[in-house]
Amino acid sequence: MSSQLDDMYREVILDHYHSPRGKKPLDKANVLSDGTNPACGDEISMSAQIVDGILTDVHVDCKGCAISVASGSMLAEAVKGRPYHEVLKLAEQVKKMLKGEADPELPVEWEDIEALKGVRNFPVRVKCALLAWVALIEGLKGYEHGTPGGKATVSTDEDH
Amino acid sequence: MQPDARKIATSTETAPRELDVAAIKADFPVLNQKVNGYPLVYLDSAASSQKPREVVNAILEHYRYNHSNIHRGLHTLAERSTQAYERTRTHVASFLGGVESAEVIFTSGTTESLNLVAYAWSDLNVREGDEIVVTEMEHHANIVPWYQLAHRKKALLKTIPITVCGHLDLSNIDAIITPQTKVVALCHMSNVLGTINPVAEIAEIAHKKGAIFVVDGAQSTPHTAVNVRELGADFFAFSSHKMLGPTGVGVLYGRRELLEEMPPFLTGGEMIREVRFDKVTWNELPHKFEAGTPNIAGVIAFDAALCYLEKLGMHNVHHHEMELTRYAFGRLAELPGLEIQGPQVVEQRGGAISFTDPIIHPHDIGTFLDSRGVAIRAGHHCAQPLMRVMGKVATARASFYVYNDKQDIDVLVESLKDMRKYFGV
Repeated sequence: MSSQLDDMYREVILDHYHSPRGKKPLDKANVLSDGTNPACGDEISMSAQIVDGILTDVHVDCKGCAISVASGSMLAEAVKGRPYHEVLKLAEQVKKMLKGEADPELPVEWEDIEALKGVRNFPVRVKCALLAWVALIEGLKGYEHGTPGGKATVSTDEDH
Repeated sequence: MQPDARKIATSTETAPRELDVAAIKADFPVLNQKVNGYPLVYLDSAASSQKPREVVNAILEHYRYNHSNIHRGLHTLAERSTQAYERTRTHVASFLGGVESAEVIFTSGTTESLNLVAYAWSDLNVREGDEIVVTEMEHHANIVPWYQLAHRKKALLKTIPITVCGHLDLSNIDAIITPQTKVVALCHMSNVLGTINPVAEIAEIAHKKGAIFVVDGAQSTPHTAVNVRELGADFFAFSSHKMLGPTGVGVLYGRRELLEEMPPFLTGGEMIREVRFDKVTWNELPHKFEAGTPNIAGVIAFDAALCYLEKLGMHNVHHHEMELTRYAFGRLAELPGLEIQGPQVVEQRGGAISFTDPIIHPHDIGTFLDSRGVAIRAGHHCAQPLMRVMGKVATARASFYVYNDKQDIDVLVESLKDMRKYFGV
């Protein structure tokens, strides 16, 4: 089996793909974001609750390939309980990492997320991994700029 | 010219001859390589076919010995290039069942061919309130030019729906194609479903209502003998690169009367007779529609592709692909839950098989198969409206051509089985 393939579909990624986290819809949410990957039809719908600046809960509903589902699931697990402005910065770092622009130092607890780096060997799959992160970034920016109830919509075809 | 090859192509009455696929494979050097450690199995010919040595050599020879601009030069190379270029035109005219050379226009591909009609013919003939009819199974190339036309002219774009089996639903056709309909445009064969449409039947309906009939032949022309007059096509578009020829070369066949009345599409050099600042007159057919320097080497090498196909015989090519499709249906049935889109009856379809796994996304299928050296297409296949009708975001598609054999399908099926193990489903 090709090692590049195993590098992308790491065990931890397949685990998230088989049992995605963050599947429970939230009763209350003040961050809403929808994302699409027009090139392949992946769709993500994300909602989150911010209380006193802390991301207390995240719901991710992703219809797509193993990479996009795993990426969304890892995101849901990683961001919970962190200050949202810190998450925003980290999400930007992950974006750069996936695009191969940087190799940022992520928090130790985010170690698993580095497994997503395997997509860099498969240029057409980078967007799959990016989708959840750009959806989160746009959602948090929408929250920050005070558009409560407003929904961010994001497409990976735009320049992200 | 290749009179012998032509004879084989037209002798469709005889029983089909088996293709010698081992010999054919040897004619395609690109196939003789390993990809990701596995022998390449190329199952993406519906997107673009590979090229035999003859076609590659024709390009090399043209640039090595003969290249010049065409139609204008007075020197020997110009004459050689012009003759070779025009020889392809004559060849295409006979390949399409014996039309006039003047009715064969070279374009950059099917997309440009369809745009040419949607601008040049339609600008003259479509008015506000008129109707343009396409089908739900069209490639974007046969939707967007008509959508734009409808927008420009405030015309109405209507669609012929498809049935659950992936056929055109003609039950309500008289309400869809009406006396207001100016253009009916559809694909001869669907690039997603594989469906072969009853083109001649719909042509008759379109003509009765006074509409012109435009056929997107990009998926059919590479795989079956085409006679554009028998199909009732007023315009017929296809691409060289899906039928062993170079990219950047397409054909638009148009009925002479229609081409004569049409204004040009692209304007510039070559397509004019005389230019003054107060008056320009157009060149004769087909040059009126070939502005600027065309893809000379590509057109010349396309002749080699046509010769190659005629040597095999289009009748035999079609038979070969039906056999492969039948075999593939049998073997893919070994994968429980795998869903094949489009007609399930081999006689009603071509050798492009779109499928979905109940769990694994088409992009994961594509990536996994590539790791086994198997090239397929995954995505929406430039047919987003059809995907919506099918309720899918994407499909995986394996498509066959003259250089594929049953072993290629075996590798596909075994790889799909391994894929399910790999993803643990």
